[in-house]
Amino acid sequence: MAFNSENLVVMDSIISRYPRTRSAIMPLLHYVQSIDGYVTSEGIETIAGKLDLTTAEVSAVATFYTQYKRKPVGEYHVGVCTNTLCAVMGGDAIFEGLKEHLGIENDGVTADGKVSLEHIECNAACDYAPVVMANWEFYDNQSVQSAKDLVDGARAGNPPAPTRGPNKLPTWKENSAVLAGLNDGRAHEGVQAGAPSLLGLEISKKGAQA
Amino acid sequence: MTALTPVLSAHWDEKDSFTMTGYKRHGGYKSAEKALAMEPDAVIQLVKDSGLRGRGGAGFPTGMKWGFIPQGDNKDHYLVVNADESEPGTCKDMPLLLANPHVLVEGIIIASYAIRAKRAFIYVRGEVTHVVRRVQQAIEDAYAAGYLGKNIFGTGVELELVLHVGAGAYICGEETALLDSLEGFRGQPRLRPPFPAIAGLYARPTVVNNVESISSVPAIIANGAEWFSAMGTEKSKGMTLYSLSGHVTNPGQFEAPLGITLRELLEMSGGVRAGHQLKFWTPGGSSTPIFTSDHLDTPLDYEGVAAAGSMLGTKALQIFDETTCVVRAVLRWSEFYKHESCGKCTPCREGTWWLVQILRDLENGKGTAADLDKLLDICDNILGRAFCALGDGATSPITSSIKHFRDEYIAHLTHGGCPFDSHASTLFASAKAGA
Repeated sequence: MAFNSENLVVMDSIISRYPRTRSAIMPLLHYVQSIDGYVTSEGIETIAGKLDLTTAEVSAVATFYTQYKRKPVGEYHVGVCTNTLCAVMGGDAIFEGLKEHLGIENDGVTADGKVSLEHIECNAACDYAPVVMANWEFYDNQSVQSAKDLVDGARAGNPPAPTRGPNKLPTWKENSAVLAGLNDGRAHEGVQAGAPSLLGLEISKKGAQA
Repeated sequence: MTALTPVLSAHWDEKDSFTMTGYKRHGGYKSAEKALAMEPDAVIQLVKDSGLRGRGGAGFPTGMKWGFIPQGDNKDHYLVVNADESEPGTCKDMPLLLANPHVLVEGIIIASYAIRAKRAFIYVRGEVTHVVRRVQQAIEDAYAAGYLGKNIFGTGVELELVLHVGAGAYICGEETALLDSLEGFRGQPRLRPPFPAIAGLYARPTVVNNVESISSVPAIIANGAEWFSAMGTEKSKGMTLYSLSGHVTNPGQFEAPLGITLRELLEMSGGVRAGHQLKFWTPGGSSTPIFTSDHLDTPLDYEGVAAAGSMLGTKALQIFDETTCVVRAVLRWSEFYKHESCGKCTPCREGTWWLVQILRDLENGKGTAADLDKLLDICDNILGRAFCALGDGATSPITSSIKHFRDEYIAHLTHGGCPFDSHASTLFASAKAGA
């Protein structure tokens, strides 16, 4: 998809954050995904033009990082942590369950384009294991059933809210814009901390009372 | 029993802890104002005196790192905060940023002033959208309040702070790979020397610090170096976040003085999950050699853990009980290192690939007794020979698990594959057992 003049202005504002323009590659790639849904050839060409780089140089960066997709993902991209701790705690069972439920393999997309599935590495939420991410929002302490409910809701256009995140799950494109550094005004939504994050503090306060 | 010492996490239970209002309720940004009235070198000295050491894993003294930045060199200096938290098991910086991003922003103002940096960056991993929102909003609110920008607190001090979001590469937690990534390249580590303090971001003097390290600075400025160094042990000062996960009754974050033990943390939090026993655990993420129940009383400080043969790392205490197959656990970590190896150096790129093949064979009952020696031989050829610590880290789970659980590897040979029931180790299984 060609980028309109408004898109190009946003790209310039992203570039202006940095003392050297090349540093803007990563947020620009996130931004391209927010418009096209993935890193398109047009996106690569536009970034290369903006930063005075070759398309090969931009592609080399885009293909290094797993969050940049070179083909379309679902409107809701679901990642199941299958690194050791989450895998052991149930991540493997959840991933198998979702593959069967959706009829797709790792990196697959449902025929309706609604949900894509990927097994992911540690997402820094081990005290909430097993963890599932949807459009990189936290779904903590998941089970095979809760993960199926998540993808069913997503396919019906009504996914459950993240555990620690905004009140409503944004789409892949909407969240890609946030990762490009564009504030969507939802920082105040959701909890400040989940129960495990507060456990030590609570124990300390009880100890002080005793 | 060592008492917990919530400082960073002290107000996380307040609903608006992440907002400017919530942060200022407890003296937020007063430390920055105080620091900016001091001489920059006095700020560095205070942090040196506190004994604060890097909380990202390596434990390098923070004040000393700041002191390495050449002064009067007429070059731009940079502060880069490493918020790429991706070491398996590590889950302290993300909840910190979700609950209180302003403490990091305030720490950045202080640290940048101390090292005379007019630009700072926060490099946060890309797979945590809501954390990105909270940090972005905190930065915008700090600009609006006059705590960032051209004339901070009216002192004439200047600081521009930019949030930079990664895109899913564990290697970018390695500080020189992070700098390459921030410059717009593939995230691959650089040869050192020169160290970042001399030639870091854009080849300019740069400090790279972990989120928790920088976030600890405002409290040190507010309460003094002696207050901080009164906590902890002789060479490991202060409080820190320990993250307990896995087969425990109650996982979570615990802010305690350095040197607390796993036995103490388990006792206060409800222990290993009901009906099960501790089998093995990591003291500081998957790159730190595993411990067993023999290490319950090891002081969890830099020296104590090192003396026991591992590393404090990120204080990511991943607990596994007797239902867990150690070969399966190690295989999965090895697959992680293979996937995340950046490909720059041969020992890591090729070695991690072979480690995975051999471990898969073992787990699937296709291994031989010679495979154990081969694993150790490959590890020997990676450790100390890889370009950066990722390769070293890849060997830790393998060599330590063979050391502690050789019999279990052998059982995979005699049993013709994994003898464990993977369902028994899941959270769902324990939920049923508890019902």
